[in-house]
Amino acid sequence: MASVMEMPKLSDTMKEGVVGKWLKKEGEKVTAGSPVVEIETDKATMEFESPASGLLLKILVADSGTCDLGAPIAVIGKDGENWQEALNKHMEKKGSSAKAAAPKPGTPAKPAAPAKAATPAAKPAAPAKAATPAAKPAALTAPVASNERLKVSPLARRIAADKGIDLAHVPGTGPNGRIVLRDVEAIEPGQGTPRGAEATFGGFAAHALPEGGVERVPVTNMRKIIAQRLTESTQTNPAFYLTLSVNMGPLLAWRKQTLAKVSDDKKFSVNDILVFIAARALRKHPEVNASWQGDHIAKYHFVNMAVAVAVPAGLITPVVRNADTLTLPAIAAATKDLIKRARDGKLAPDEYQGGTFSISNLGMNGIEEFTSIINPPQAGILAIGATIPTPVVNPKGEIVVEERMRITMTCDHRVIDGAVGSEFLKTLKGYLEDPVSALFQV
Amino acid sequence: MAVLTLREALNQAMSEEMERDPSVFVMGEEVAEYNGAYKVTKGMLAKFGPMRVVDSPISEAGFCGLGVGAAMAGLRPVIEMMTWNFAIQAFDQIINHAAKMFFMSAGMYSVPMVIRGPHGAAHMLGAQHSQCVDHMLVNVPGMYVVSTIDPADAKGLMKAAIRSNNPVCFLESEMMYGREGEVPDGEHIVPIGVGAIKREGTDVTIIAWNKMTLLAHEVAEALAEDGISVEILDPRTLQPLDEDLIFASVRKTHRLVIIEEGWGVSTIGTHIVDRVVKECFDELDAPPERVTNHFVPMHYNERLEHETLPNKERALAAVNRVLYRS
Repeated sequence: MASVMEMPKLSDTMKEGVVGKWLKKEGEKVTAGSPVVEIETDKATMEFESPASGLLLKILVADSGTCDLGAPIAVIGKDGENWQEALNKHMEKKGSSAKAAAPKPGTPAKPAAPAKAATPAAKPAAPAKAATPAAKPAALTAPVASNERLKVSPLARRIAADKGIDLAHVPGTGPNGRIVLRDVEAIEPGQGTPRGAEATFGGFAAHALPEGGVERVPVTNMRKIIAQRLTESTQTNPAFYLTLSVNMGPLLAWRKQTLAKVSDDKKFSVNDILVFIAARALRKHPEVNASWQGDHIAKYHFVNMAVAVAVPAGLITPVVRNADTLTLPAIAAATKDLIKRARDGKLAPDEYQGGTFSISNLGMNGIEEFTSIINPPQAGILAIGATIPTPVVNPKGEIVVEERMRITMTCDHRVIDGAVGSEFLKTLKGYLEDPVSALFQV
Repeated sequence: MAVLTLREALNQAMSEEMERDPSVFVMGEEVAEYNGAYKVTKGMLAKFGPMRVVDSPISEAGFCGLGVGAAMAGLRPVIEMMTWNFAIQAFDQIINHAAKMFFMSAGMYSVPMVIRGPHGAAHMLGAQHSQCVDHMLVNVPGMYVVSTIDPADAKGLMKAAIRSNNPVCFLESEMMYGREGEVPDGEHIVPIGVGAIKREGTDVTIIAWNKMTLLAHEVAEALAEDGISVEILDPRTLQPLDEDLIFASVRKTHRLVIIEEGWGVSTIGTHIVDRVVKECFDELDAPPERVTNHFVPMHYNERLEHETLPNKERALAAVNRVLYRS
């Protein structure tokens, strides 16, 4: 019997699916579990596997085509099978099972199991990459909007849609916080703040542009999400910054010696060392490896370290999972693989979501010191500057030249107080200046 | 253009139509010798004689039925009900015969008949003589329903009603018969089914008819002092409603208040809200509000009567709510 492939939901923020490229042509053989199509999510392009073995009978959404999540994109079956018939049957089944799954009044909602059993074809195959490690808590992929339904007058909703205003950031002045005409009226299309209002709002002023010499670059999906999340971060996080300087001399010397001895496949960068050591410092300070959850603070007893990576389309933070338990070569290998695939746009959502803390390193660009914006819902991020020979007054009162690196931590004050952040940085500095102590989690 | 009272405007309309068309005649309690209980038919007996201005016995069902028969036979009766409270006696004739005859005779008989009289509360007349039936009448297919206190509209609509081949229920107001207004001379027709914007505004639409239009104007004046611009829409005809005019006004102001006399359950106002919510959903900035009688039989006591009817305090509160003014 023929199977119908549906557009999968590959990330939490995915609203519709885009078929990037079909890897097989109509009539070609496909095997269950082998990649058959590339699907573009808002952040990455992912290979999607065939749910069954047979022939790719019909492609319903062509290359670069867009469709709703769950919409059929292809039919796979035996030679000579009628794809239209199979599709009709599938849609019929889907309709009836949807009805069956709807909770009846008075009966408690059951887990979705019966519905799934009734539609084996409805969820053909989760992509292999989506296999979620047990340690990943669901709350980490925090929703942008709160759970409470927005109350908006129909007119205000229409005008907001016309103007491209994100209602989640508009304060409602009607009864029960209803957003009404006057609340959206004051906001210019694409403008950030309402005229004469103190309200915060996630948008950007559209400035008048000169006629010539200006190129208008369309905003990509990734750029939109960067804009949205970082604006949200700066507007909702009471952030503060802690900077200190670390003597990297001993560590760099150790790295140089060690690299001379290890095989190529075990080589590691300074950044890998930073991930390794910061993860261990975080394990000692779970109060920093935490997240503001509104009515409580989540402290993580594992460290998923997000590493900021510049990619052609913008910025992405692939996550080194359980970094506090990995060896240095394992971190190096995982990071190398993640960065390469990030640059190719091939990361799966769970490879860039679910970080508990972040590191951003601009040292290689010669930046001496900078501040980063927190990646919500995390509570902290380390901004790593360049390692520079610097004159320092040593404990004996002599001026000596040391390899110094400046680290600035951005802290969400809702979660991390100044003293707590300082304690963490003290541990981090201690580990970096005496790497052996990191091994023993002193 | 002359300044006439509402009763004079109605009288003029009927008289002009009787002069124009010999099949038009007037019948009702005290319409002839007594010149009408409220003097609407004043002087008509003298002018048109007892064949065309007919005093009836005190039997609404009886003379209303006579009217239906006369209309079926080719005449154009104008039946005066002393008030619409008493017309309830004749509802079998109105609903089962006047409204349905054309349908049930497969178009063999039409009933070109006007049933007219004052509607709603007057002043301290008690529970049985102070009620509204407009919402009942509009819910019967086959009949037009007109309601007005504006002298010019009353003349134009009465002429249109008399010329209509469908039965028309024509609702006036006892307290407003002396109300003056400029009335165009001669052939002035206000088509049935066409409403009017009585005051242009941009912030909120008040829909009101009959004497509630006066309350609407009072509210609009009060709010104008605060810089609020109220639009007043008088549908004039309640069946069929001028929906296009209503939708256009709501699309302009985005807020709607309906002031209607009568109890508030299943009314013309609820119907308008239903239509507006369906057709103008994305234009609404606030849930439409209605101001109606409290759901009690009318009190005889003057102060309680004032409280029971829609009044300025309640109407202002409703308008302020849709404007989100506290």
